[in-house]
Amino acid sequence: MDELFANLKSQRRKAFIPFLTAGDPDLDTTARLVQECARRGASLVEIGFPYSDPIADGSVVQASYTRALDKGLRIADIFAAVRKWQASVPLVAMVSYSLVHFRGPHEFVHEAEEAGFSGAIVPDLPIEEAAELAETCKEHEFKLIQLVTPTTPRERAERIARLSTGFLYCVSVVGITGERAQIPAELFEQLRWLRTTTSLPLCAGFGISKPEHAALLRDHADGIIVGSAIVRRLERIGAADQAIAEIGELVESLVKTVNAG
Amino acid sequence: MPTATPTVPDIHGRFGAYGGRFVPETLMYALRQLTEQYDAARNDPEFQKQFDYYLKHYVGRPSPLFFAERLTKQAGGARIYLKREDLNHTGAHKINNSMGQALLTKRMGKPRVIAETGAGQHGVATATAAALFGLQCQVYMGEEDVRRQKLNVFRMKALGAEVVTVTSGSRTLRDAINEAMRDWMATVERTHYIIGSVVGPHPFPGMVRDFQSVIGTETKEQCLKQLGRLPDVVVACVGGGSNAAGMFYPFIGEHDVELVGVEAGGRGPTTGDHAATLNFGKPGVLHGTFSYVLQDTDGQTAPVHSVSAGLDYPAVGPEHSYWKDSGRVRYTHVSDANALEGFALCSKLEGILPALETAHAVVEALRIAAQRSHDDAVVICFSGRGDKDCFEVARLLGQSID
Repeated sequence: MDELFANLKSQRRKAFIPFLTAGDPDLDTTARLVQECARRGASLVEIGFPYSDPIADGSVVQASYTRALDKGLRIADIFAAVRKWQASVPLVAMVSYSLVHFRGPHEFVHEAEEAGFSGAIVPDLPIEEAAELAETCKEHEFKLIQLVTPTTPRERAERIARLSTGFLYCVSVVGITGERAQIPAELFEQLRWLRTTTSLPLCAGFGISKPEHAALLRDHADGIIVGSAIVRRLERIGAADQAIAEIGELVESLVKTVNAG
Repeated sequence: MPTATPTVPDIHGRFGAYGGRFVPETLMYALRQLTEQYDAARNDPEFQKQFDYYLKHYVGRPSPLFFAERLTKQAGGARIYLKREDLNHTGAHKINNSMGQALLTKRMGKPRVIAETGAGQHGVATATAAALFGLQCQVYMGEEDVRRQKLNVFRMKALGAEVVTVTSGSRTLRDAINEAMRDWMATVERTHYIIGSVVGPHPFPGMVRDFQSVIGTETKEQCLKQLGRLPDVVVACVGGGSNAAGMFYPFIGEHDVELVGVEAGGRGPTTGDHAATLNFGKPGVLHGTFSYVLQDTDGQTAPVHSVSAGLDYPAVGPEHSYWKDSGRVRYTHVSDANALEGFALCSKLEGILPALETAHAVVEALRIAAQRSHDDAVVICFSGRGDKDCFEVARLLGQSID
């Protein structure tokens, strides 16, 4: 992942990071979507682990998780599938701490790494509780991407940045994931300041749904993460082929936007 | 095993190994702000005075400690006393916490409160406090519960609250909590989330316990006055565990007083048939706290069942987990069928319809009393009245009310 961001930087390009729910509508489709996203220029893909009570996710993602779980998806199925994918871009697990704790941090990281994940985002694990998992990830050279929000005080943001590896996830709205109409001004200010305090790549996510949002952020961030706007398309479109093509086009247009200008 | 002390939680919100904050970074600011504001309020005699005033003149405290002579005779052993939280305004202990947190909301200068509710009791209590203090109020309630608890939905609306039907996930209490958390994350500048039990991230478990501990404090005083000593056993039902926490907490340091928590045994010990988290669960994370939880074999939250809507929660407050592991409190369970028998018995022998939650504690207290001498005293935390359950009990007995 470090190499990926270094390469992008030398090419003066930005990372585009789509989010996909594992197993919605099924793992075979997820595999095809990952491939399609990579083909259309995504640099890295976030894979959401369906969880029954995801307080850090918005309603679109939760509904997607519920659909996957209703079909009997198990966490081991995700690891088994990812192992087979041999994805051409790095994959990052987006997973609630409850699921990590259930297996044990050590076992979870071991399984995830073996399956082919490069790192994880655990959105409900603030730094105060993250020491054990961070230590385990370090032993495995497995990235643990931490989040800062517009309401995070600077002193705290510095601590978060120190604990983060891979990149720093900059939450772009106050609230949970979901599509928002506008990008708050505080985010630009925060990105500018973060740039002066950490050498980690800065990726902005949560609430980015339109190419216009991506365009606004491209000069301030090293990468853009888009989740709900993609997952929403899975919900609306039944036939997999059509969904894959449509998501591919969205990804391509966003990749173009973040690298325009 | 370390001894349980009343000096928890620590500054990290830990009760021994349990508690803490497992929430998105977005909420950390709000939780830190709330912790500071609550600490300031707790140490402000003026705030305490206000709280006491409303508990006395509005809620109707202190609630009586009543000697249940006929239940005592039925058990044929220890004397049974009822701490009558059912006599509070709105009919249950829930109002103690809602009043405390609504006063805190006013103190913080926020104009709006939100709450989650399962059976509707906490929603009604919060809507009541919001009406009294002129706060906007939205209550999140699972679609399943809205259907099952029409009366409480009407009560909340009559009190001026807006009831938001939650259609995500299992459409029950735990989804109502998820939605309320989401609302709070986006609106924290003007909104306080009045959580209904001793669950959720720090500072909620300790704060709700503090507001509820008026139950145990009064019980101690009343026992000293009426019995001349402390009771031998105190029994309370446990769902999330707020009435039990409020009753037990002032007794934690009184090592001669045995404390017994009663969970919902439901139809039996199979996953999905009960809500006895401390009896059958294991430590995990749910709704921002580390505590015993009920999970399936893959770590997903397990479905729960109880005849009593107020007990069917798939986790429990972190302080209860702490008390369980330290051995300070014994946690047992009572089945649906036995709880219904307890409901009938208590109604006929004492003229008091217990809430189905409370009926679980009544059953266990009868068992304990039967094995003890008449010199011993057993106190039941009589957490709520049973009017709200009449439709459900009638349905289960094959009778129709309307």
